[in-house]
Amino acid sequence: MAELFEIDNLQIQARKEDGTPIPIVKGVSFNVKAGQVVALIGESGSGKSTISLATMAYCRPGLEFPGGEVRLHGKDILTMEPQDQRSLRGNNVAYLAQSAAATFNPAITIGEQVTEAAVLHGTLTQEEADRRAIQLYHALELPDPDLLGRRYPHQVSGGQLQRLMAAMALVSGPDLLVLDEPTTALDVTTQIEVLKAFKKVIQEEGSAAIYVTHDLAVVAQVADHIVVLYSGEIQEQGPVDQIINNPQHPYTKRLMAAVKPSPKAGMGDVHDEEHDRVVPNIEVKNMTAGYGGIVNGKPVITVLRDINVKIKNSHVVGVIGESGCGKSTLARVMAGLLPAAKGEVYLDGNRLEPDLKNRSREELQKIQFVYQMADTALNPRQVIGDILGRPLEFYRGLKGQERREEVANLLRLVELPVEFETRYPSELSGGQKQRVNMARALAANPEVMLCDEVTSALDSIVSSNVIKLLKKLRAKTGVSFVFISHDLSTVGSFADEIVVLYAGRVVEQGPVDEVLAPPYHPYTRLLISSVPELRVGWLEDTMQKREMAVGIARGVEITDTGCPFYNRCPIAIEGTCNTETAPTREPSPEHFISCHRTMEEIEDIEKNPQQILHGFEVAAPGGDKAALAAKPV
Amino acid sequence: MQRMVFHRILIGIITLWVVSVLVFLMTNALPGDVAQIVLGQSATPESLAAYRAERGLDQPLISQYFGWLGNLLSGDLGTSKAGGASISSLISERLYNTMVMAGIVALISVPLSVGLGLLAAMFPGTWIDKTLTFGTLALISVPEFFIATFMVLIFAVNLGWLPSVARVSAEQSYYDWWRSMAMPLLVLTIVVAAQMIRMTRAGILNVMNSPYIEMAILKGVRRKRIILRHAFFNTIGPIVNVIALNLAYLVSGVVIVETIFAYPGLAKLMIDGVQTRDLPLVQATAMIFCGAYVILIILADVAAILSNPRLRNPK
Repeated sequence: MAELFEIDNLQIQARKEDGTPIPIVKGVSFNVKAGQVVALIGESGSGKSTISLATMAYCRPGLEFPGGEVRLHGKDILTMEPQDQRSLRGNNVAYLAQSAAATFNPAITIGEQVTEAAVLHGTLTQEEADRRAIQLYHALELPDPDLLGRRYPHQVSGGQLQRLMAAMALVSGPDLLVLDEPTTALDVTTQIEVLKAFKKVIQEEGSAAIYVTHDLAVVAQVADHIVVLYSGEIQEQGPVDQIINNPQHPYTKRLMAAVKPSPKAGMGDVHDEEHDRVVPNIEVKNMTAGYGGIVNGKPVITVLRDINVKIKNSHVVGVIGESGCGKSTLARVMAGLLPAAKGEVYLDGNRLEPDLKNRSREELQKIQFVYQMADTALNPRQVIGDILGRPLEFYRGLKGQERREEVANLLRLVELPVEFETRYPSELSGGQKQRVNMARALAANPEVMLCDEVTSALDSIVSSNVIKLLKKLRAKTGVSFVFISHDLSTVGSFADEIVVLYAGRVVEQGPVDEVLAPPYHPYTRLLISSVPELRVGWLEDTMQKREMAVGIARGVEITDTGCPFYNRCPIAIEGTCNTETAPTREPSPEHFISCHRTMEEIEDIEKNPQQILHGFEVAAPGGDKAALAAKPV
Repeated sequence: MQRMVFHRILIGIITLWVVSVLVFLMTNALPGDVAQIVLGQSATPESLAAYRAERGLDQPLISQYFGWLGNLLSGDLGTSKAGGASISSLISERLYNTMVMAGIVALISVPLSVGLGLLAAMFPGTWIDKTLTFGTLALISVPEFFIATFMVLIFAVNLGWLPSVARVSAEQSYYDWWRSMAMPLLVLTIVVAAQMIRMTRAGILNVMNSPYIEMAILKGVRRKRIILRHAFFNTIGPIVNVIALNLAYLVSGVVIVETIFAYPGLAKLMIDGVQTRDLPLVQATAMIFCGAYVILIILADVAAILSNPRLRNPK
């Protein structure tokens, strides 16, 4: 008897301009049984997304299927008529894309988009589909399920959109779900929440799934079977335990080696003191900033409050926190893109003008910004030589031969071939573009580089290479870094100091080894415990901890009084934490924690977590299981 | 959202005011002294001075401006020096003619071009798309006087089907009226439609590369519905702006077509005014043209705001 879904010797190719084929996927075969979750893992360019789209007989423009079969219930879908293929999509096989924010149409209500496939395929009437959607919103623990459908995508959060995409895929009750990196772009806390919801609905719906990701720790939580891909070929496949605990193929072992270690003390870089100076390189004092103009000395929407951050020469300060905590705003204030409402920014001991328009060219030159998305930061119509040459000319006055030589030096510095000078950004891979993006900032000979989530969009192997490069750059040039990331492991392996931001306030700050070791601020503790471990069953174990359940279920709220973490904190003191600003404690030199609890109390909680959690009741997050049982046919 | 709309209208009013200053200054900078032109070479210095005093031309420029602006706001456009008729009465007939022509062209060309643009986007790379893209490119490149002259040559001179002059009057029968309007209407429709077709097509195809369109394909949505429901609503902003610019052109920029077909429209009136140094007339028509632009652009902006759910329903 045929399996639910079989991919048999699948080949996918592109063509050069002269018509010669370039193979992209080279004869891949694997099966998916009913109720099984198969993970496709590999780095970017391994063909995993292309294969996942082939499950719907779809390939991106410019690609074609020269051979092989994709069988659903024993029938090859690649050779079907286009209208038959179309009636499979969104009906028998449903797709969840990486970025829900880009995948939802901004001009159409959520409800229409979620129910569209089921109604168009005639599986459900509009009324039935609307009811089913509301059931799914309940099951996925989305807020305000009855009215959610009337909203537009921009009116809900990123994590909610990601879960709404699951509702969109599940609404017509598909046999096979295809999930393409559905949690890669999310915060660790949101990732847990989404993973938990996915896992639950996949189990309850009894549908099979193909889960595409580069993150082995995530795979260990959701998959039954793993297929390891490299360059369009299967390297190894087998049950999850076998691949995780006993990998055979050298490439699988390499992938395992690139898995980020759990954040802990002692993981950081050894810092040499060659470039040290007495005056901090960049310093932010008592800074308050926000958006919407300034009224009575306060911004209309306050994002950052009373921030004090010091970065010594040639040091790396990691800024962590969930999205919406003000990490990017801090970098924007330092760069002068957003003038602070209160407080000052100092560069080498000299006060900087808040607005970059009033800063001198030398000051601008010394602080350079590196954006997350190299794709949007690099001009697609300029060759790399011009992208790098422009700041060389503007800041350093280099022209002609000198400029060309310096472009070549910069390319060598970021370990790219000099020939890239004549290429366009679109001809480069994601990791290469990110290197160009850094070279562009380095071209100005900066003292401080503000790196905003520069590795977040890269897969683990590429991202660890970028971090290696950053470490070398620091040793060579003595530049200091403000390294913003929601990825604690990456920050922990690169930074000298960590600043933990929560709802626009610094809740903990200090040397890496102090911050990543107890005593933790309760928020730091939540972040550290949310980083997935490469261990089957980690997700279940973590969700059983009640304090995790609450911390994950609730989101960031910016408050005016009390401790901003109050509503998610497992050890909050009613009547104190929600009314009074938390005192700043200094458990060890240069290590600060803002918390009403004393360090002794916090240490005690580490030892006996149960005793302090009394009186802290979790709203039962149990979903509507009956709703999911009513699966349409 | 109301604030945004209000903001647009406020900017429109400021634009109109700036325009009124420019129009006034520029018409005053035109060479020649009005009194001299009106009274001729033989006028005595006394009669010139008397004329200037009567018209307020001896006042400082600034008080002349405010006097003119005040009259303009109260609806008094002044008197034409040619025949001394009030400008309002001169303009009203011409404005009506221009509006009729612009209105008919708009009614035909807007649905036609959005429809053809969508059609081209629905079948990219096919013969429909290729014909439309090539045809519209050719029509945009050819100047309108060439199209107009060419049509006169074919339909009026060689075939003799249509009159070469678009003379309209109240006594005409409907049939005659349409016959004389046919050629200018056709020329203008072709000229404005070509640009709008291309913009609609480009706007849609630009959106077609978005991840949400791929998602719609992967949900099994038909191409027709993808274009009409998923892509079109995200393209309205740029499309309405091109439509607004083209409609404004129909009010003010059709002078060449009006001249070729001798159609008594507003643009031709302005040219006549410039030739006869009839400054009040030039100022009044210029203000109407600018007003048309400003109003149409505000409408386009408001339509773009309304079509964008982010602006319509803030968080």
